Parts: sequence; structure tokens; C-alpha cells
Amino acid sequence: MMHRSLFKEGIAARWLAAAALLLSLGMVLGLLTVVSAVAGRAFWPKPLVQLELASGEKVLGEVWTREPDPHNPGHERWRIKTGNRDVTGQDFVWVAKAAVVAREEPRGAWLFERSEYGNFYGFPGELRSPEGVIPAGDDRFPAALAAAVREGRQLMAEERALLDRLGALHAPVVKYGAKAEGARAEKRRQQAVAALERARRHEEELAPPLLARLAEVRRLVEDTTLTVRTVANQEITVAVAGVVRAVPVNTLTPAQRVGLYLSRWWEFLSAEPREANTEGGIFPAIFGTALMVFLMTFAVVPLGVVTAVYLNEYARGGVFTRAVRLALANLAGVPSIVFGAFGLAFFVYAVGGSIDRLFFADTLPTPTFGTGGILWASLTLALLTVPVVVVATEEGLQSVPDATRDGARALGATRWQTLRHVVLPYATPGILTGTILAVARAAGEVAPLMLTGVVKLAPALPLDGTPPYLHLERKFMHLGFHIYDVGFQSPNVEAAKPMVYATTLVLLALVVVLNLLAISLRARLRRRLSRSAV
Amino acid sequence: MTGATAALRTRSLLAGFGRTAVLQAIDLTIPARQITAFIGPSGCGKSTLLRCFNRMNDHLPGFFRYGEVLVHGRDAYDPSFPLEELRSQVGMVFQKPNPFPQSIARNVSFGPRMAGVRDEKVLAELVEGSLRRAQLWDEVKDRLDAPAFELSGGQQQRLCIARALASGPEILLLDEPASALDPIATAKLEETILELSREVTIVLVTHNLQQAARVAHRTAFLYLGKLIEEGETAAMFASPREKLTEEYLTGRFG
Repeated sequence: MMHRSLFKEGIAARWLAAAALLLSLGMVLGLLTVVSAVAGRAFWPKPLVQLELASGEKVLGEVWTREPDPHNPGHERWRIKTGNRDVTGQDFVWVAKAAVVAREEPRGAWLFERSEYGNFYGFPGELRSPEGVIPAGDDRFPAALAAAVREGRQLMAEERALLDRLGALHAPVVKYGAKAEGARAEKRRQQAVAALERARRHEEELAPPLLARLAEVRRLVEDTTLTVRTVANQEITVAVAGVVRAVPVNTLTPAQRVGLYLSRWWEFLSAEPREANTEGGIFPAIFGTALMVFLMTFAVVPLGVVTAVYLNEYARGGVFTRAVRLALANLAGVPSIVFGAFGLAFFVYAVGGSIDRLFFADTLPTPTFGTGGILWASLTLALLTVPVVVVATEEGLQSVPDATRDGARALGATRWQTLRHVVLPYATPGILTGTILAVARAAGEVAPLMLTGVVKLAPALPLDGTPPYLHLERKFMHLGFHIYDVGFQSPNVEAAKPMVYATTLVLLALVVVLNLLAISLRARLRRRLSRSAV
Repeated sequence: MTGATAALRTRSLLAGFGRTAVLQAIDLTIPARQITAFIGPSGCGKSTLLRCFNRMNDHLPGFFRYGEVLVHGRDAYDPSFPLEELRSQVGMVFQKPNPFPQSIARNVSFGPRMAGVRDEKVLAELVEGSLRRAQLWDEVKDRLDAPAFELSGGQQQRLCIARALASGPEILLLDEPASALDPIATAKLEETILELSREVTIVLVTHNLQQAARVAHRTAFLYLGKLIEEGETAAMFASPREKLTEEYLTGRFG
């Protein structure tokens, strides 16, 4: 009887289904937990530990990992992040736990996050500025240092802005110079030469004050310095302008720790990367990913919807339609790197190359559109996701009841009017479902991008204040590629580990946000659909 | 019956799908401004015949037709008679209410809008007039912008009638319009139909013999694709000429 109920009544099947569901849920939750746990810890301030070794050597830094010592079974070794790469040549040292004689968390130790060479750990000596010298023991020291760091950051920002303006002034000189050289027709050459002259005069007129200010800024930057003693009693002079953050980690109150944690996250989300992407922020990658997904959506939705409408509403159900559907289904299964190769050959070389020959011949052989860029990457992904949109749209079109179509026809609506005013509005939720799936797929795709325009460090965002504002030919950064690059291609993989997990978390969050956006849009449309005018 | 009062007429109409003839040589004349009911067992061809009058069969796979269908004397299948014009002259209401997922007002104004009427004032007048004729105005006048799906089944069906009326048809085809409605909604619908028959020719397909007896001025009985008997409803129900009709009316089959 037992067996009967187990199999005939499907109890075994029910348990199996429940177990499978539990397993799937567990895997998803596990993924989210691991990523958010590691990423969540990444920016939490770690105490600065000073270790005295049996050899008499002293080490100052953050305890990074603890693991069994492969050279000395049964014992533990610690990986200590000691920073000071410019002084010692390395970021990390291994310390055998057994060799540690004394361990303390010195209150005088500071962490300096710098724009170059990574972190510096040490004991500050004195702050030298044009206003005077303040020793570290002085009560005014923390406030004065914070003010100096702030001022230094402003100076650095001003330097960048000055360089940008000088670059913008010089850009037309380069452009018309190349045109004058490349022009084949004499008339065009003369035009280019005249434009080059104008650009030169313009530059000569406006550049000198900027250059003077630049020199002054650079002098000011060097004026304010800080002496720091390393744990090995070496005295180093640090330019305060190169310091992003100065923190006496071991004396922080809990509230200050939270503040530091949040400020690091903010920097991560809003700043540009530094130090071969292992430090700083990932803003260009977030921006690039989002913009690419938007461009892809604009390309794939019209293409997919028109295709589905043709297949479902106009094409007769013959061999050809069946073949097209089969081809589309197979297209969805093609490995994405194949799409990347196609995008490179077709979009970049064929289409982009032709555009260059037709419209940008003056600047050849330097390619404009004939090289990877955000437009080509978006179109490649649009191609990749077209089957998803077509299938979902077709399902949406098939869900429109025949009675509703008949109703429209019986009122004298033409086939196009029926499609436009009744069928398509009815199918909109289906179309949006397809869009959601396409967005989710495209946001996480990396392989095709590597061939069609993603780079590890883009000099400029594809959207900025200089006309034509949206620079479709520019290369861009992408979160998925950033994870790969920082995690596997970086010169300092160990130091970049927290960045990898934090970037992963941001990518997941971005996909979720894009999906929620599309889902809420669909919900609103559904409500509108059932309420009033479509 | 004279041709002058005939709203619809078929001459040796033979129609079907693929290799099956559903209608076999139907000769029928339907007088104007009366209610004519088509009765007969399932599959007898009532709906196919009805759908020949506004060419709704044309979209179905494998449909074929021989013989003539005349709408006010004009051949419905004449290529020079635009389909859209035919359908605005011959309105149709289906078995199940099929409002569009739009507001009540936009449902009613759909036909005129598709025909090119843009003037909002004209459309608003058409909406009110059509809803009044369909006896729905008093129930919905305060919520014309509400979704049509919020109406009850009977109201939805009267909305579909109003929607068909908005195009200004002289003929209205009703394909079992009450089969999805409860008795009260059915009674209300029948009242509406009777009222409408003063100005519009109505052809009603029904399974419900009592309904035919209640509302139809004339009744046509179809069986296996043939027109068995046609005449005044009261006369036919009282003393059918054909034995088949008598058997069907007395519930011997069907």
C-alpha cells in the first residue's frame, strides 16, 4: 500500500519537485549571500596591526588572510597587506604565525590612501605647508591634515580641469592638421590650412593664462608635504595632494568607521578607477553598461517586434515561416563569442570601415567608426537578443483572442488598423516581457563585447558635454569586463579582490534595477491597457 | 415579399470550407426593419450564413462561396464594394462579448474613428447616441472613461451593440448574442433588440427557440446546410409546413 501512494498518487514526484525547487533557491541565495558578504566587507576599515617577529623585524599593516602554511604543516601563516609599494616594492608579505613575538594595534598608526602606488601605512611626523609646520603630536594636526588633504584634492581636480581645457583647445589643431595633410583636393586643403591657422591663433590666444595657472597649481601641490615614518623607521616625504584619504584607523569611533565605510562605497560608485583599475571607483563601467543596454534596447525592440508581427500576422504558415522560426530558435543557442566575431567582421570592419571611407576619409588611416565602439557593441548584443524579443512578442500576439480581432474587423477596421489599434496594444505586455529578458541577457554578456568595443580603461565617457554629446564611436567600459580585467588581468590581483566582489555586486544590482524598471513599466502599461485609451 | 423592402437576399448561395459545403443553395430574402431569427441544430450553417452577409468568413482558412449575397440590392462580394464600407453598413455582435481593452467611450467610437472621424465633438455625440440606442447610456454616462471590462456581461454585450451602431449600420447581425448571459441580462438584451428593430434590420442566430418566439418577426429554420422553412414566426411555430420543422420545434432532435 505504501508503494501505491508513493508512486501512483505522485507523492514521490511531489517531493522530488520540492527538493529541486529548494536546491535552485538555495543556489541563488548562496550566490547572493557569498557575493554580498564578501563585497559588503570589502570597504570596512580593518585595524592596523603591528607585528614584531622573532628576527627583530617589525611589520605594520592589515591582516588580509589566514591559511595553513604549506611549508610548515600544522602551522598557520598570515598574509599581511603592508602597502608602501613605492618604498618596499611589494604590497603584501607572508608572516608565519609562530614567528610573531608581539602584536599590537598602535594608536599612532595612520592609513594613507593615495592616488598612486596604493596605500601607505606609517606614523606621521609633521605637516609642512606655507602656513607653517605642525607636528603630529599637536592637537591641531588632524584638522590641519584633513584640510590639507581636501585642498590637495581640489588642486588635483583643478589640474585635471586645466589639462582638459588645454586639450580641448589643442584638439582642433590636431584635427585640421591631419585634414590639411590628408586632403586630396587643393580647395579642401586650403580650407583645412585656413582652419588650422584659426585654431592655432585661438589656442595661442587662450592657452597662456591656463598654462600659467597650471604651473602655479603644480607648485602649490609641491608646497604642502607630510613626513611619515615607516614601521622600519624610514622617513618618507609624501605630497599631500596625492593623498585621497588620511585615516588614523585604530583610533576611529564606531560612527567614524561607518562614515569611512560609506565614503569608500560612494567613491567606488562615483569615481574613476585608479592604479590599473585596482583602486578608485567603477563609475565609467556602470555608466557604460547602462548606456550600452539602453542603446541595445532601442535597436532590438523595433527589430524584434516588426519581425514577430510579420511572422505572426502577415506570413502564411508555410515552409518558409517554419524555417525562419527554426533559424531564430537556433540563433538563440549560438555561443555569444560567435556573435562577437560576427560583430567585428560585419559592424566594425564592413559597416564601420565603409562609414570611415565615406565620411571620415580625412583622418584615415586612424579609424573613427572602423574600430570597436559602443554602437557596434550594442548592435551586436541586439542581434544576440533578437530571438528573445521575437519569441515573447509572438506569444503576446497569439494571446490576443480571435474574438477581439473579429470585433475590430466587423467594425470595418482594415488589417493595419486592427493591428495598430487593437492587437499591438493588447500584446504590449508580451513585448515588454521580451524586452526584460533581452535586457537581463545583454547586461551580463561579456564575450562579444571584448571583440566589439569594450576596453579596460576608457579615456572618456561615451556621453559628455562636447557636441554631439552622444559619442557612438567611443570605446567604453563595462562591469562584466571590469570583473574579468580586475580579477584576472590586473598586476595586483590579490589587492584587487575586494574590488572584484564589489563590482560583481554592482553588476547584479544593475541587472536587477534594469529589470525592475522594465517590470514596473509593464505593470503600468497593463493597468493602462485595462483602464482607458491605448 | 417585394424586392424593395428586402434588406438582405441570397441567391443559390453555396458556401463552405475546404472540401465541405456548409451551405447548399440557400435562397433567402430578409425584409427590412424586422427581426429575423435563424434556428436549427448545431452545425446546420446558421452562423456561416450570417457571416456571409458581412463577409466575416473571408478570413477563415479554406472558405469558398458560389452564388450571390445582396445587401440592399448590391452584391456584397463585388470587388468594387469596399469591405470596410460593407461592414459599416452591416454591423455584427458576437456570441461572447468582445469589448476592446479600452475605455467605454473609446470602444463605442472605434468604428467611426477607424473610418476617419477625428472631430471629438462629433465622436462624443456618436457615443452618447449609440449608447442611448443600446439602452446603456443611463448605466454608464458617469463613467465613460472606465475600462469596458468593468461592465457586467449583459452590459458588455449591449456595449458591443452600441459599438456596432456607432458606425451607422442599417443591418445588424447578432450571432447568439445572449448565449453567455443570465436570464435577466437576456431579457434586457431582448428588449433592446426589439426597440432597435424599428429602425434597423436585425438578423438573429439563436439556439433558444423561446427567444426566437419572443422577439423574432420572422424565423428561418436551417438543417444540414439547407433552408427548410422560412416565414412569420407565429405561423411557423403554430403550424409548421415541413415535418422536419415540426420535429425540431417539438424537441424531437437538435
